[in-house]
Amino acid sequence: MTHSVVLAEGAAAATQTVAFWVLAIASVGAALAMVLARKAVHCAVLLAVVMLALAVLYAMQGAPFLAFVQVIVYTGAVLMLFLFVLMIVGVSSTDSITETIKGQRLWAGLAGIGLLVLLSLIVGQAVIGPAAPGGPNFGATNVNGLATLIFTTYVFPFEVTSALLITAALGAMVLAHRERISPKPTQRDLSIRRMTGGRPAPLPGPGTYARHNAVDMPARLPDGTAARQSVSAILGVRTESGAAAISGPAGAGPGEEPPAGHRGDAGGQEEQ
Amino acid sequence: MISPAHYVALAVILFVIGGVGVLVRRNAMVIFMCVELMLNAVNLAFVAFSRLHGNLDGQVIAFFVMVVAASEVVVGLAILTSIYRTRKSASVDDANLLKY
Repeated sequence: MTHSVVLAEGAAAATQTVAFWVLAIASVGAALAMVLARKAVHCAVLLAVVMLALAVLYAMQGAPFLAFVQVIVYTGAVLMLFLFVLMIVGVSSTDSITETIKGQRLWAGLAGIGLLVLLSLIVGQAVIGPAAPGGPNFGATNVNGLATLIFTTYVFPFEVTSALLITAALGAMVLAHRERISPKPTQRDLSIRRMTGGRPAPLPGPGTYARHNAVDMPARLPDGTAARQSVSAILGVRTESGAAAISGPAGAGPGEEPPAGHRGDAGGQEEQ
Repeated sequence: MISPAHYVALAVILFVIGGVGVLVRRNAMVIFMCVELMLNAVNLAFVAFSRLHGNLDGQVIAFFVMVVAASEVVVGLAILTSIYRTRKSASVDDANLLKY
């Protein structure tokens, strides 16, 4: 009986050791990749990896409430907010490589190493013994214990927190609010603008009468030339073939050679 | 056996990585993410110390840190969108009106 209990405890300790090292390596690797990744979206996803690993580490240390709060608040709310703002600010916004301050990366790296050495010395100086016997507060009654603490000892900070949250919500509304500086166009204004704009009809759709109907394939006009307006300008910038089709001479005539690498149909290239 | 010292060491490493990220990166969004990483590292240390001492005060502090971090992100991202709206850039190099 005692023997099996000891065995089970040993197995639990071994599991904890393996889980700790796996999660530690994963979180440090993801954090390093986050600092090094050039695209902001990749940084957000890697930060999600770090936060989920930390949530599991909290659970391993007898903090199940914090583990769930970590998943819900951080990966659920904060990171989704980051991703939403990234959609507004521009997913493709990448860091420029040029240094505006001379030697910034070098000095930042040195400062990081110095900080690491300093903190390691401090932590190494401190005597961090083994964990105290946790008791039920680090398991089944974790939430009860936290609730007791929050609503007795820490009740005043808790109330201040609510004021902070209200202030933050108001601040976000004020800062993100945009005053309209021109009057809102009415339906009458819109229709007048459309009729006097030179093109009352909608723009042609892509791929009409072309070889296939992909969104980056310009439509064919009755004389066989490409309708440049049928492809979205963003696609023309992004895709090579679209760019070639749009930025090429207006309506590459039939019989003209398609640009190399083009997917065909640069203007009546079909074999008759 | 994993002791609280291991967790504190991991927290130190993550904190330093976040700090270097704040110094190196120039996209304001990524700087925010690195600040979040530093806050998370501190939370990990709080939870480890809570386990070390066998009482729950460290976990309560970590909870408060999470609340403060959430409100900081909300206000910071609102500032970021308003800067982006006027300057069309998320780089901290372009918000230099107060320089000199």
